[in-house]
Amino acid sequence: MKTIFYIIQKEFLQVFRNKSMLPIIFVVPIVQLIILVNAATFEMKHIRISVVDLDLSSTSRKLVSKFGGSPFYQVRQTTFSYKAAEDEMKKGQVDMILQVPAGFEKKLICEGQAKVQFVINAINGQTAGLTNAYSTMILLDYNREVVMENTTPAMMAGVKNILTEYSYWYNPKLNYKTYMVPGILVLLVTIIGLLLSGMNIVREKEIGTIEQINVTPIKKIQFIAGKLIPFWIIAMFELAFGLSVGKLLFNIPMEGNLGLIFMSASVYLFVILSFGLLVSTITNTQQQSMLVSFFFMVVFILMSGLFTSIESMPQWAQNLDRLNPVMYFIRIMRMVLLKGSSFADISQHFWSLCIYAVLINSLAIRRYRKVS
Amino acid sequence: MAAVSVVVEKLTRRFGETIAVDDISFRVSKGELFGFIGPDGAGKTTLFRILTTLLLPDAGSCRVEGFDVVNDYKKIRNICGYMPGRFSLYQDLTVEENLNFFATIFGTTLQENYDLIKDIYQQIEPFRKRKAGKLSGGMKQKLALSCALIHKPEVLFLDEPTTGVDAVSRVEFWEMLSRLKAAGITILVSTPYMDEATLCDRVALMQGGRMMSISTPGEVIRNYPLNLLSVRAGDIYHLLGELRSYPGMHSVYAFGQSAHVAFRGTGIDAGSLKVFLTEKGHRSVEITPIGANIEDCFMELMNTQPR
Repeated sequence: MKTIFYIIQKEFLQVFRNKSMLPIIFVVPIVQLIILVNAATFEMKHIRISVVDLDLSSTSRKLVSKFGGSPFYQVRQTTFSYKAAEDEMKKGQVDMILQVPAGFEKKLICEGQAKVQFVINAINGQTAGLTNAYSTMILLDYNREVVMENTTPAMMAGVKNILTEYSYWYNPKLNYKTYMVPGILVLLVTIIGLLLSGMNIVREKEIGTIEQINVTPIKKIQFIAGKLIPFWIIAMFELAFGLSVGKLLFNIPMEGNLGLIFMSASVYLFVILSFGLLVSTITNTQQQSMLVSFFFMVVFILMSGLFTSIESMPQWAQNLDRLNPVMYFIRIMRMVLLKGSSFADISQHFWSLCIYAVLINSLAIRRYRKVS
Repeated sequence: MAAVSVVVEKLTRRFGETIAVDDISFRVSKGELFGFIGPDGAGKTTLFRILTTLLLPDAGSCRVEGFDVVNDYKKIRNICGYMPGRFSLYQDLTVEENLNFFATIFGTTLQENYDLIKDIYQQIEPFRKRKAGKLSGGMKQKLALSCALIHKPEVLFLDEPTTGVDAVSRVEFWEMLSRLKAAGITILVSTPYMDEATLCDRVALMQGGRMMSISTPGEVIRNYPLNLLSVRAGDIYHLLGELRSYPGMHSVYAFGQSAHVAFRGTGIDAGSLKVFLTEKGHRSVEITPIGANIEDCFMELMNTQPR
């Protein structure tokens, strides 16, 4: 026990003597939170549209101004040539073309229906889908107004109207930031845990000190514990620090019990640190270890549900995602912080992490050898 | 012979196609200073890594203080000190921190075994707050030796401790070793410098993973089968070539400023050799018969025995 304590003490000495470590621990989380949270947003603010109004009637103008007046749209171009609008889209200057055909007003009044056309740049499918949804909403709204204007109250009485009212649970203002912050915090502790722990052990291999350690009677388990515990502590601290920054800067909600967060984090970090240990047993230089960890990290993070919803992945990918520890922890973080979930709600994810921790840790310890 | 400390029998270790250690057997007595001499790639480091339980042998057996390197490796790790060829302490920790760290993981303290390392540690003590990476080569080596001794080992393995160290520090280092030997520690040391062989009780010459000879430095010199002449002349480069073409020559090699000429029996007469060289245009030729030193012996051993 005294030995473990001394190794931990030595690790901390080395970590804090390393001049690049303090900025990594304190500056990186703040910068990442500020940049990622503000940049990685799916809110559509400025959909640039090109208007091709071939009707030029008061009805069509009203439709166009409805788009122009919305905070989500920005009319970039008004033209009579569809071709000119299309050219702008090809150049990437506009995201959507709104085309109102000639005779739109006449048709609407005489025949009771008319058509307009949306052409949406769908290079980014997700943006295109959202643009479409927003535009359809505006059109529906407009539709209702048109109906109101052209019908008498008497006629209205006969129309059965179903009104849909929306209310968004757990994130009523649809604030993207409160959704992103917990996820990005997971990212942060993952980076600290996986990269630093893996690289640290490989570094001992690289500079040859592992030989010196291996000839001593120190037990495998003591060495591993001495290596993992410091990074466990640093990562836990990092999480607390990140949560405080999130609260102060972004005022993220903390609906649930923070104890649940830290309990899950302690298991999650155990998984991630063991993973780093495993990587370090199969690599010989810090560079190799970085690349291998990086590879896994990118896959884990992209499949974690941080940026894209897991439910929309193909079934095989969802099944594969059961092996992704990041996914479990992001879910737990969001559930507890945003929904205020209790232990019973997150228990399935929690136990999955526990099983994961036991499996990967025993694998890593088995792989770690003092003798070659 | 005194009690045995290290026993190696028919030891073999391969790395893929290469045989790093090839069917080696030897014994080292307790309290002996045993040297391994050989060029790079002779298998010295591999042998040391097996003896310090860092590497498993493919065949054969090794015992250190009666403990088998495969089965009793835990016991060996308690009684061995190992100083690898490459400086491998924590460069970002200070002298004191390194020593305390290794003392703790051996379950001891600096104070407890201070006597043993006192002579060595006192020389680096003024720098105890300095980071190990900032020490000079000689001081690093002293620190490494202190760390290897911190738990009072019974057997000390030193892998090329003097490689890359200046001549004065080398002499100092060997003086330290003789003091440790006096304290009863068995020392196995490897070196590529042949002149250091004379400082050992016994030396083993290794080449290509094989043991060429094991004997005391005195025996090595006594068993030298040839006669030697030291030849000096202005143009050493051409001198070597012409000496090699001289009839009855066994071997010729440069030795510092002169050339050493080895021959059997009375095959070469110094007078006629001088005439021959003068005819070839060499000036101020000096030829003196000399006794073999340990380097001549190893040159001969390495020449005659096939790899």
